Amino acid sequence: MKIPLARIAHARSGDKGDTSNIGIIAFDARHYPLLVREVTSERVKHFFGEMVRGEVERYELPNLGALNFLLHEALGGGGTLSLRIDAQGKTLGAALLRMEIDVAQEELG
Amino acid sequence: MIRIANGQGFWGDWLEAPVRLVEQGPIDYLALDYLAEITMSILQKQKEADPNLGYARDFPPLIARIQRRLIEREVKVIANAGGVNPIACAREVLRLAPSLKVAVVTGDNVFGRLDEFLAAGHAMKNMDTGEPLSAIRDRILSANAYIGAFPLAEALALGADVVIAGRCTDTALSLAPMIHRFGWKPEEWDKLAAGTIAGHIVECGAQSTGGNCQVDWQNIPDFANIGYPIIEADHEGRFSITKHEGTGGRVSADIVKEQLLYELGDPKNYIMPDCVADFTSIQLKDSGPDRVQVSGIRGAARPEMLKLSIAYSYGWKAIGTLVYSAPQALEKSKAADRIVRERLRQLGLKFEEIYTEFFGVNACHGPVAVPNPDPPEVQLRIGVRGQDRKAVDRFTRELIPLVLSGPPTGTGFGEGRPQAREVVAYWPALIPRELIQTSVQVVE
Repeated sequence: MKIPLARIAHARSGDKGDTSNIGIIAFDARHYPLLVREVTSERVKHFFGEMVRGEVERYELPNLGALNFLLHEALGGGGTLSLRIDAQGKTLGAALLRMEIDVAQEELG
Repeated sequence: MIRIANGQGFWGDWLEAPVRLVEQGPIDYLALDYLAEITMSILQKQKEADPNLGYARDFPPLIARIQRRLIEREVKVIANAGGVNPIACAREVLRLAPSLKVAVVTGDNVFGRLDEFLAAGHAMKNMDTGEPLSAIRDRILSANAYIGAFPLAEALALGADVVIAGRCTDTALSLAPMIHRFGWKPEEWDKLAAGTIAGHIVECGAQSTGGNCQVDWQNIPDFANIGYPIIEADHEGRFSITKHEGTGGRVSADIVKEQLLYELGDPKNYIMPDCVADFTSIQLKDSGPDRVQVSGIRGAARPEMLKLSIAYSYGWKAIGTLVYSAPQALEKSKAADRIVRERLRQLGLKFEEIYTEFFGVNACHGPVAVPNPDPPEVQLRIGVRGQDRKAVDRFTRELIPLVLSGPPTGTGFGEGRPQAREVVAYWPALIPRELIQTSVQVVE
């Protein structure tokens, strides 16, 4: 079944220049493998579409049940150059939590 | 065990936070972070206009306000409020609070040494683009090396009540008291990494005590009186994050995890001047009400290069807005955007970028925003950026006329036309650490 990522994870996002970083954290550590399986760099890149002009990198933090994404060229130039209202990407974590993932009922436990 | 509080996550953070930290419970050290990447260039301009300025001007009045408590409770302050003029900052603190002992750390400011570095063959390439610094040499406004915690600890060892630095790392402000009190040595990478990660957790103030938290935010108590974070650290590098009893906000493992991931790059290589910290080694657990215990942290040897924060004049930008109401608020906004762009085209104005957002429709979440077929109102927000100030200035005159000459229901122009603003850009680069010599002095 499809569920929004927000059902099993929370997030915080910020910036480093023109790169947005999004941390995705499982509420329950048992759901971390679902994040690893479902929330891939490719799917994150596809989800944001034209908003992310560069690559998406993913890092794993199993100790925190978390993934860290770097979205390159995602902030309209970043810092002071950006013309966007959310030049620091502070709202992008909340946006990503609406992405749908595919899980089986029993996997949610 | 020592208690290190952070009372300022950036310059412009809540003025009452540091006052309440010294009033509402026990702390030993108060860390205050004032500098963002671009702040240094603003301060450099202020110093050029007045040689007695160039530091965070909120800082001396704050110290004046809390000076009695600092002495009564033996609280030491560590701040990067010095900007590009830490000695002037120290003198102003002493003028307002003459009974305090004030020390400054200098040596981070390399604005006057760039030609020396270039001549010695250091290209100081932009870490993002690879361009050499020579490409923008004549437009540089400020240049500082990020320095670590050891010089700050040295200042504490001189018995300073207030330590003022320029561009030290944010995490160094919290790590320094641990080095000072526990006698940590430069090769104790695990302990230094623990102190660095503790500093990372608290460096954004209340973001580790419930601010900007997505977990159960509606039920986080009393944001109006939110408590700022406190590290309780021991000599082995184990620590807890907490806040004063009776304050608002919340400290939980979920919240600390969010902050750990904030502005993080590669979690195994969190590179700071004093060590490289490994975020995949962190173990944390809720260990009591508003208390999270952190342990297990590993670190690796410090880097051979220090990071430079260079600011340079890039160009100009302006952002203008108009509001259209329903019905068809979005369609009207889009029509107005087309008119503005057509007029800019007819004028032959060249910009590096013209960017339009429809506030209320897609400004924050772009193409992934949930569609709203008939929003009650939409704010059209057009920004331009370019090298030519005249073109940017001309743009600022193109929005308001549409209220009379464009689609119906245009409003929200009460603030007048937008202002062209200088764009100061950030140039991250590296320099061998042996070129940066810090010094510590007590200011009389």
